[in-house]
Amino acid sequence: MAIGKSVKRVDAVAKVTGRARYTDDFYIPGMLVAKYLRSTIAHGRVKRIDSSKAKRLAGVEAVYTYEDVSQTKFATAGHPYSLDPAHKDVEDRLLLTQHVRYWGDEIAIVVAENSLILQEALKLVEVEYEEYEPLMTLEASLSKDAREIHAGSNNVIGESQYTVGGKIEDVLAGADIVLQNRYRTQMCQHCHIENHIAYAYMDDLEHIVVVSSTQIPHIARRIVGQALGVPWGRIRVVKPYIGGGFGAKQDVILEPMVAFLTLKLGGRPIKIDLSREECMIGTRTRHPFDVKMRAGVNRDGTLVALDMEALSNTGAYASHGHSVAGAAGAKSRSLYPRAALHYHARTVYTNMPTAGAMRAYGAPQIIFSVDCIIEEAAHKIGMDPVEFRIKNVALQGDVDPLTGERFVSCGLIECLQRGKELIRWDEKRAARPKNQTGPVRRGLGVACFSYASGTYPVCLEIAGARIILNQDASLHIQVGATEIGQGLDTIVAQMAAETIGIPFEDVHVVSTQDTDVAPFDTGAYASRQAYVASNAVFRAARELKAKILEHAGRETGILGGELDILNGEIVDRKDPSRKVVSLKEVALDAYYDKEHGAQLTAEVSHKTRTNAPTFGCTFVEVEVDVPLCSVDIKEIYNVHDSGVILNPVMARGQVHGGVAMGIAAGLYEEMLIDRESGYIYNNNFLDYKIPTVVDVPDIGCEFIETYEPTSGYGNKALGEPPIISPPPAIRNAIWDATGVKINELPMTPHTLFKYFKKAGLL
Amino acid sequence: MFNFKSYTKADSIQEAIRLLKQNPEAHLIAGGTDVLVKLHKGKGQFHHLVDIHDIAELNFTDRNDDGDLIIGPLTCFTHVAESPLIRKHIPVLSEAILTIGGPQVRNMATIGGNLCNGVPSADSATPLIALNAGVTIEGQDGSRQLPLEDFFLGPSRVDLEHHEIMTAITVTRANYDGYYGHFFKYAMRGAMDIATIGCSAVCKVEDEILTDMRLAYGVAAPVPIRCRDTENKIRGRKISQQLLDDISEAVVNDVSPRTSWRAAREFRLQIIATLAHRVVKQAILNAGGTIQ
Repeated sequence: MAIGKSVKRVDAVAKVTGRARYTDDFYIPGMLVAKYLRSTIAHGRVKRIDSSKAKRLAGVEAVYTYEDVSQTKFATAGHPYSLDPAHKDVEDRLLLTQHVRYWGDEIAIVVAENSLILQEALKLVEVEYEEYEPLMTLEASLSKDAREIHAGSNNVIGESQYTVGGKIEDVLAGADIVLQNRYRTQMCQHCHIENHIAYAYMDDLEHIVVVSSTQIPHIARRIVGQALGVPWGRIRVVKPYIGGGFGAKQDVILEPMVAFLTLKLGGRPIKIDLSREECMIGTRTRHPFDVKMRAGVNRDGTLVALDMEALSNTGAYASHGHSVAGAAGAKSRSLYPRAALHYHARTVYTNMPTAGAMRAYGAPQIIFSVDCIIEEAAHKIGMDPVEFRIKNVALQGDVDPLTGERFVSCGLIECLQRGKELIRWDEKRAARPKNQTGPVRRGLGVACFSYASGTYPVCLEIAGARIILNQDASLHIQVGATEIGQGLDTIVAQMAAETIGIPFEDVHVVSTQDTDVAPFDTGAYASRQAYVASNAVFRAARELKAKILEHAGRETGILGGELDILNGEIVDRKDPSRKVVSLKEVALDAYYDKEHGAQLTAEVSHKTRTNAPTFGCTFVEVEVDVPLCSVDIKEIYNVHDSGVILNPVMARGQVHGGVAMGIAAGLYEEMLIDRESGYIYNNNFLDYKIPTVVDVPDIGCEFIETYEPTSGYGNKALGEPPIISPPPAIRNAIWDATGVKINELPMTPHTLFKYFKKAGLL
Repeated sequence: MFNFKSYTKADSIQEAIRLLKQNPEAHLIAGGTDVLVKLHKGKGQFHHLVDIHDIAELNFTDRNDDGDLIIGPLTCFTHVAESPLIRKHIPVLSEAILTIGGPQVRNMATIGGNLCNGVPSADSATPLIALNAGVTIEGQDGSRQLPLEDFFLGPSRVDLEHHEIMTAITVTRANYDGYYGHFFKYAMRGAMDIATIGCSAVCKVEDEILTDMRLAYGVAAPVPIRCRDTENKIRGRKISQQLLDDISEAVVNDVSPRTSWRAAREFRLQIIATLAHRVVKQAILNAGGTIQ
């Protein structure tokens, strides 16, 4: 039995010994490197570009500008292809652009022998701009006379809404109390350790091979084909080990360009390896949100209505565009499903860096706003904020008010109760003086969230698995699902071992996804992989097991149905302690018997048509040093309902990483961009303040295990969710400590100074 | 890859001076934790390097016969911080140094490099100017000495000619004997960060009287500075809560922080005033004083 055990990651040794190979570890003799020429203005048009001097520099192979690329626009978002034209991603990108839309936009690219020559060559390209006023805020972009960042867009890229549980104004009018407030979240960064990197080459005259650090190899193949106008089957995308993505690599960023360059240069291998600085400016960020919230609440503690009006800032290009705001509204709908809900969102272009997918895809922005107003509602009616949540959150058996889908598993109340015990909520609240006055004050905070286990029904959910019985009775499993550090390879090995009945150690996983050979799966995003892959792996494993038993039956003369596989042995189903034949014998026989058998394999491609909601909460105790405007987290706990926990150590790893990232979003990180020029100040890890190991406290983590029958092994999403609720929990704890409501992220000392000053604390 | 055009290595002070003289464009590199960052950013003025990292005669901590402490500028931060002499006599310097970067940076970065880089946030500068440290500079015509405080001329500007090299950092016995100190670095995170404000206080307490106190700040002005007016105002006063309040109030007149994208002037002033209170208090407690 492998499920539920903390088996060692299948890639652990390869990674800690440095043997795991990442994109940059592959070198092809003669490989050229390329680097973008990035704009030094945020908004405008290139009037003149002269690359002749750069082209003459020794070691420069080529310089291409916006004049050299196709004028067919393409979309970059890592979404499955949509058969519905209305649901297509916005196509607003060219390989290189004359129209500059953010500080660092890509107007030309130099190809050279090495990176030093690239640096020199870039300085030799002469550029003259016609400058426009940078539109750096939502207000500026939406103002009547604002210039269109993309022609015909009105600077609005998308808009959506839903209303459930009645007309929101009517329900609010009937509530005992109505609260309203406005919350803002910041632009922040994924900060994966491995920067974006890709290379491409051609080993014949037709096929383009792209090796890339991507979360979405199959999608990347399709988009490269679309961007270059090349049939998709002629593109091969290979994903080696990858050093993190967090959504920034759920986007096609370098792949079309390296493919374009190798096509142009006769199939020579060409690599683009972004620097950290470029990665922070020129790839993807998290959408800043500006949310107006209203909550209707009755004095008995019933939440009757939530009205959410969100503006999302997508920056210079669509990327995932409005999908993020749309998904944020949908995934948070499961949290208070018995209240009337109204959600309306618009996504706006500005001249900021492009926002795309980032861990939890809009949910942190919306849940921050929801948990803030929920806290204010509890406060207003004088109810304990945990009790208020317990009274109103989702229960098993509730239905998604929009889709009508029933929540088959839901342990959120148990999560809240457990979190309360862990932090000793009642005891600490009773002991603490009200209205603290000293320079250093303590407070408790809570927040909770709902999320989803995939993207269905908005997008397709498909996964593929292929399992082969080897001659030595071990298995090879190959999936389309993509290991990006989250542990998916280990999880699928556990699943296959569990269902087939062989030791986990006997399962080998093909980690690399190569679109020429890997089964189809759209990739690692939306916390979907273990959930949707489970349904393919389970079915393939079941099928292979049946084939093994059938062959064993032929060999032993016992009907396959009377046999089972246990720990690598064929046993009597009725008396599993009785061994019939070893799996090794069966495997050899299947391969080498001259008359019967075959290589025993199973391959399943499966579409999941469910999307289980997943839940959890954060409890935190903070100490606020008022004169120093600083926050010290004394204790923090995340409690999750993610269904069956497949591998407890890896699951805790996800939670620790997610909570640390949540603390970072709550207290530390923000892209600092000049409002006048669009210049990005902190495109490096000195100035972009990721908390260090001394800043992140010990993180407590527990699971309330439920069983989710729509997945192969009872599991639900866990990858993204831990990041969602720490920021609002910290905000609520700061309020508890100081009496000051911080309504924007991040809550850095600079932000606290502003609020404390206004509140008269300083 | 770093784009430098020439690289020479010196094994002695005299050779370093000679190599600098030979190439007017040359720049010294020691631990490289500042210079390599600048090279990485493509700053052209660092294309010619004279490497002084291995000049053994500049790598030491010592106490001479008079009891003066002398630090070789090429001593890396880790060695300065861990030096038994430093820890015994001027632990405030160890405290400050251990807030710099992370262990890897401190193993490479040198104390002289930190001072000669001349940035207002240099964490080793405030404890040293609070200790009235002096520096020795050597050039082709011999050596000269000056107070460290006067060495800082402006942001990234120090009193060092092109072919001069810092050869010693000295804290005389009179300046540390009987003195106790405290340092606090206020930054946006607990490690790997530059100071938003750095603060060092060094004081002497006798019979509950603050007989001497020297207070220094980083990032509170274009250079690391001493708060002379505040020091003069409170020298000789009896220790009390009121004294700390008065220091905190007075210190804002000694500083001139600016607004930058990293922090606003008003915010820095808030931190400066708070730190005056807290850092001086801790220094007094370290000196055996009591605060009612």
